[in-house]
Amino acid sequence: MSYADPGVLAINPRARRRRLLRKRFLRRPLAVVGLVLAATFILVAILAPIVAPYSASTTDFNATLAPPFAHHHLLGTDELGRDQLSRIIWGSRASIQAGVFSTLLAIVVAVPIGIVAGYYRGWIDPVIARLTDVLLAFPFLVLAVGLAAILGPSLTNATLALGLGAVPGLIRVARGEALALREEDYVRAAVANGASDVSILARHVAPNMLSTLIVQATVTIPAAIIGEAVLSFLGLGVQPPTPSWGVMLSDAQSYLSQAPRLAIFPGIAIFLCSLSFNLLGDGLRDVLDPRTTR
Amino acid sequence: MGGFLLRKVGAALIVLVLASMLVFVGVRAIPGDPALALGGENRDPAVLSAVRHKYGLDRPLPVQYARWVSLAVRGDLGTDQRELSVARTIVQRLPITLELAGLAILVGSVIGIFAGVLAAVRRGKPTDYAATTVALVGLSVPHFWLGIVMIIYFAVKLQWLPAGGYVPFSHDPIQNLEHMLMPAIVLGTGLSAVLMRQMRSSMLTALGADYVRTARAKGLSEWSVIGKHALRNSLITVTTVIGLQLGALISGAVITEQIFVIPGFGRLTIDAVNQRDYTLLQGVVLVAAAGYVVVNLFVDLVYSLLNPRIRVSGAAR
Amino acid sequence: MHDLSVRFDTDDGAVHAVDRLSFSLAAGEVLGVVGESGCGKSVSAMSLLQLLPQTARITGRAEFEGVDLITSPASRLRKIRGREIAFVFQEPMTSLNPSFRIGNQLAEVLRRHLGLGHSAARERAVELLDLVRIPAPERRVDEYPHQLSGGMRQRVMIAMALACDPKILIADEPTTALDVTIQAGILDVMRDIRERLGTAIVLITHNLGVVADIADRVIVMYAGRKVEEAPVHELFAHPQHPYTIGLLGAIPRPGAADDQGRLREIPGRVPSLAELPAACAFAPRCPRADDRTRSERPELRQVRPDHSVACFHPGGEESVA
Repeated sequence: MSYADPGVLAINPRARRRRLLRKRFLRRPLAVVGLVLAATFILVAILAPIVAPYSASTTDFNATLAPPFAHHHLLGTDELGRDQLSRIIWGSRASIQAGVFSTLLAIVVAVPIGIVAGYYRGWIDPVIARLTDVLLAFPFLVLAVGLAAILGPSLTNATLALGLGAVPGLIRVARGEALALREEDYVRAAVANGASDVSILARHVAPNMLSTLIVQATVTIPAAIIGEAVLSFLGLGVQPPTPSWGVMLSDAQSYLSQAPRLAIFPGIAIFLCSLSFNLLGDGLRDVLDPRTTR
Repeated sequence: MGGFLLRKVGAALIVLVLASMLVFVGVRAIPGDPALALGGENRDPAVLSAVRHKYGLDRPLPVQYARWVSLAVRGDLGTDQRELSVARTIVQRLPITLELAGLAILVGSVIGIFAGVLAAVRRGKPTDYAATTVALVGLSVPHFWLGIVMIIYFAVKLQWLPAGGYVPFSHDPIQNLEHMLMPAIVLGTGLSAVLMRQMRSSMLTALGADYVRTARAKGLSEWSVIGKHALRNSLITVTTVIGLQLGALISGAVITEQIFVIPGFGRLTIDAVNQRDYTLLQGVVLVAAAGYVVVNLFVDLVYSLLNPRIRVSGAAR
Repeated sequence: MHDLSVRFDTDDGAVHAVDRLSFSLAAGEVLGVVGESGCGKSVSAMSLLQLLPQTARITGRAEFEGVDLITSPASRLRKIRGREIAFVFQEPMTSLNPSFRIGNQLAEVLRRHLGLGHSAARERAVELLDLVRIPAPERRVDEYPHQLSGGMRQRVMIAMALACDPKILIADEPTTALDVTIQAGILDVMRDIRERLGTAIVLITHNLGVVADIADRVIVMYAGRKVEEAPVHELFAHPQHPYTIGLLGAIPRPGAADDQGRLREIPGRVPSLAELPAACAFAPRCPRADDRTRSERPELRQVRPDHSVACFHPGGEESVA
């Protein structure tokens, strides 16, 4: 029988857990690829002015619809002679912004509601459950399209619509977690010790749902990224001439036979971007969720 | 059983009523005076107020809502900008989308369930990794882009299939299917990825269950252990997922119909928004929400029929 | 069965669940296998018919009527499972499939192994339910598992196991999850079938009372190894291994309590199977442990007629204390 090495015990348990999680994460190559790729997309979005070879709107009428590599345009140009690569790089800003901020918005709105429903139960729980059902009854895109119609088409409003669209699902997740956590011994102990509800929720309930929320956030982001592309494609999101992958795809539809690559490259960008967050999310779920057996 | 049914139907009704209120208020929140849109070019105040009066727009909101709902229950959703019956337009467009959705569910569940079972049975083997990876790709690929790519390849380059449009089934079944094939695959992709992942995980749970061990200990063939004992229980969970995916399916239909120029329900939604046709929009959104609620109620009932535990003990659980 | 070892490969390294276990079983014999939870009793039984998850690596031989079960192809095993060797599992609540009727699950075995038709299988299913003393079998046969109590379900499991008159019935803690009164009923049923059908039974349990009640011969297991084996009366009269003595001391019965009136318990815990040291696995908990026990592993040897033990300091309690 082995007794724990005192050297190991000396390290605080939280640091040890973190080290264990990191080790488990690094053992999953796909998750690491996802992390690197997602980080790259975020960096590119932030550093667009530096990494993009051209501005997004510079037109080069000597080189319209140029194929890749021609005239110093790595991915070619569009019908106005604008550099494809630069437009994709600038376009990543809209995608990342919509993906990240709509998810943050959804979490900020949904988590407190879900916690209240799950922790207090009582009459408030079924009320929130029905309201969630009502929101879920509207197909995501119909809801987003409706909101875009009410608020007017713009990136901010698309982000708002996407965030609200993700709220009902997140409420359910947060409610489920709070429901499970209220039965935990440390929460009961805090209740027995007379801790106030606010401090219990803030100190014991919320922090313990963190891993679930992180996983949930990582899978909401790619959905929102695709959602932004769809809305912009339909003309309900980013308005041209501001570059966005959805707008680029929409523009490319007129040139499917002459220059199909105009539709291919932005699509690949959307795909890789959402794939990277999905890979990351799957990896995090495996690492953080003790219930998954693998 | 009776109590269980009643509770489910009651909850669905409450959701429907709240949803209709939300639709009504939402459409009223759209900026712009609907009377202006309805009155067309005519900006004469007298005409506008006549229009307002005709459509009941001068009445208090609750009264307008009550009128709208009482008519809607009787199947009258009003008339759109072109004085066409909204209900009739929806009834014309809906079957097209239902065909598309039906084919997509067929494609999605056949591929998803088969791949999910296969991955679970071959867990940890190359087949599993391949299926899991393909599912992740299926989840990440924006399906409207997939539609564009398919058009580029199969319609523009190879010219095997039409790039878009719609031919009624009654008119020419072969052409109808030719037009529906690509859209159904595009719409089914996401569903099959979701179902595959769900199927894999519930199959894994089932395969690890004690009753599957019992089935093996009885000396049953691997086929009946997997195909009968494990599959039955996993399929029960997967039925609910198909219901929950309906929202995603309608969303997908909106964009798929846009790309393939199919004059279905989804395209109607976008048209209603673009034309600022409030009566039409409010009817379309109401029908979509009602459809979701009704289908999920139906799925709940099917679930309770498939799962003997709920069927008998019902409300007790 | 000879030198059976089972190893599980997990994320955190290999776990040796069973280490070179050997035993034999005669026709019509009831063999009790006892030990604390996690000592490898169930795992060794399930490995016989290869019912363990794929992470299990099984070595050794297990001969049944001249066939080695461990190396047999799956197709051959399927003819033996349920037909020649049948199982009753520990968890009656989850071992039946919730979405099929009892009769269907019983008839399945009959159709598969005996080739019975639909109605014949159903008739026989009713008979089997009657055999395990389920009241109103004609009605029960069309019910779902969740409509039955735990005791009833366990009887259904036994009925299912007996469906094809197997030569061996392996019952893994068949009574643990049940009330005491129902336990007695289940044991009655098992005794009954052994007498009437001549079925050999392997009874896996941590309850020595159950063993004393029904078994002919007993194997005591500790940490994946056999530490003692003897006929049941011999074992109860002259326990040799300090672990067995400890187990006997832990049964509630008159005289087993110490001066303070408490039951004696074995100090310490079952060791983790991840890293078994090169020593007697019981040493950390053993009152007789010495330097040799802590550095060398005792092998099984015979100390009395039909009685073998793996201990350097065997003997009854009085002989040492």
